[in-house]
Amino acid sequence: MEIAREKPVLTAREAGLVGCTRCARVWPMGRRTCGRCGSPLHSRDTTSLQRVWAWWIAGVIAYIPANLYPMLVTRTLLERSDDTIVGGAVELASHGDYGVAAIILIASVLIPVGKFLAIAYLAISVHRGSARSLHAKFRLYEVVEFIGRWSMIDVFVVAILSSLVQLSVVASIRPGPAALTFALSVIFTMLSAQSFDTRLIWDGGRKEGK
Amino acid sequence: MDRDLPPPAQDADLPHSDELMACPTCDALYRAREPEHGAKAICGRCHTVLIAPRRGAGLNIIALSLSVTILVIAATVFPFLEINAAGLGNRTSILDVALSFRSGLLVALSVATVAMIVLLPLLRTLLLLYVLTPVVFDRPPAPHAAGAFRLAQRIRPWAMSEIFAIGCAVALVKVSDLATIGFGPAFWMFALLVVIVILNDSYLCSWSVWKSLEKNRS
Ligand SMILES: [Zn+2]
Ligand SMILES: [Zn+2]
Repeated sequence: MEIAREKPVLTAREAGLVGCTRCARVWPMGRRTCGRCGSPLHSRDTTSLQRVWAWWIAGVIAYIPANLYPMLVTRTLLERSDDTIVGGAVELASHGDYGVAAIILIASVLIPVGKFLAIAYLAISVHRGSARSLHAKFRLYEVVEFIGRWSMIDVFVVAILSSLVQLSVVASIRPGPAALTFALSVIFTMLSAQSFDTRLIWDGGRKEGK
Repeated sequence: MDRDLPPPAQDADLPHSDELMACPTCDALYRAREPEHGAKAICGRCHTVLIAPRRGAGLNIIALSLSVTILVIAATVFPFLEINAAGLGNRTSILDVALSFRSGLLVALSVATVAMIVLLPLLRTLLLLYVLTPVVFDRPPAPHAAGAFRLAQRIRPWAMSEIFAIGCAVALVKVSDLATIGFGPAFWMFALLVVIVILNDSYLCSWSVWKSLEKNRS
């Protein structure tokens, strides 16, 4: 097992200390705020998982209309088309822009859904106090944290297109309602990941941490 | 060379808690020891970078932050992208882009976009300048420097100029068969800005900043 190979690590909590998650300074257990940076101190943030789930649910709810409503409304001389996220990517691919279609599908479908699944898996396994593959779980968290912001790319593309393509009757692009709900979904998911107290993941391998 | 910090002896007395640090992501306890310049101290348990001082980092950050401030303001005002199709043309600045969500609820999105691509990156660099300038010149920290630096670190994930830059590239491909596109001066400023923002973050070692804020306070 992975744990057996790991050399024992003394945590601040086991030493009767509480570490500041902002500036890494340690203080005697029981102190409420960090004297160096002013952040609130928690040995473990016990309300962390509740906030993770609250933002997670908000993110999933906002993600549903983001896929049903159009992201972009394009008007040209001949036609008007309402593109949803997936519809827009399919159309790009049909024009031969496979690279960009792939970027959009990865950024707007694969990554958001992957994030929801990853956060849910991490929260459940922390709740169970699972000690299995701590390193892999922490890597997964780091990936979710790192990649979360990049989903905003689609919202920015919509913003750029709608301000740039304003050529009176020839062509115009307007943002659709999905742009808002998609942005909200990204923001809620970022907040969900940020609420996670990662020290809880590492406690999984310890008797003391529940 | 990157190396792990030495953990404290298990049964050692721990009175000088200011010499100790806890990894913010996994709570492993270490004796804080500054590695030589250019090296990083890494948590042996979760591999988070704990301390990464770089020679002349303070001055570099100040210079880079000043250029970010100038570039953000310039890039916001100058035209950014130009489009031409069927004899009609349109040019747009970053401010136009950010304000393109006009109807109804989408206004909220405009506010968020302005914040993420202009205001927050700008606020972050101004806060860093405010915090680091006195420290670099060995003066006592500015009033509320700790709060200012905490805020600067908090808004870091929400400052999204580099994501916006990649978004521009995607948008260009999307309209390329609809119209011809030209780059305004602000586009190149923005490209430069992205490089500087990334460089700036690589110089910033938050542990060193906190340490020097604490040291110079008395
Ligand atoms: Zn602190
Ligand atoms: Zn660690």
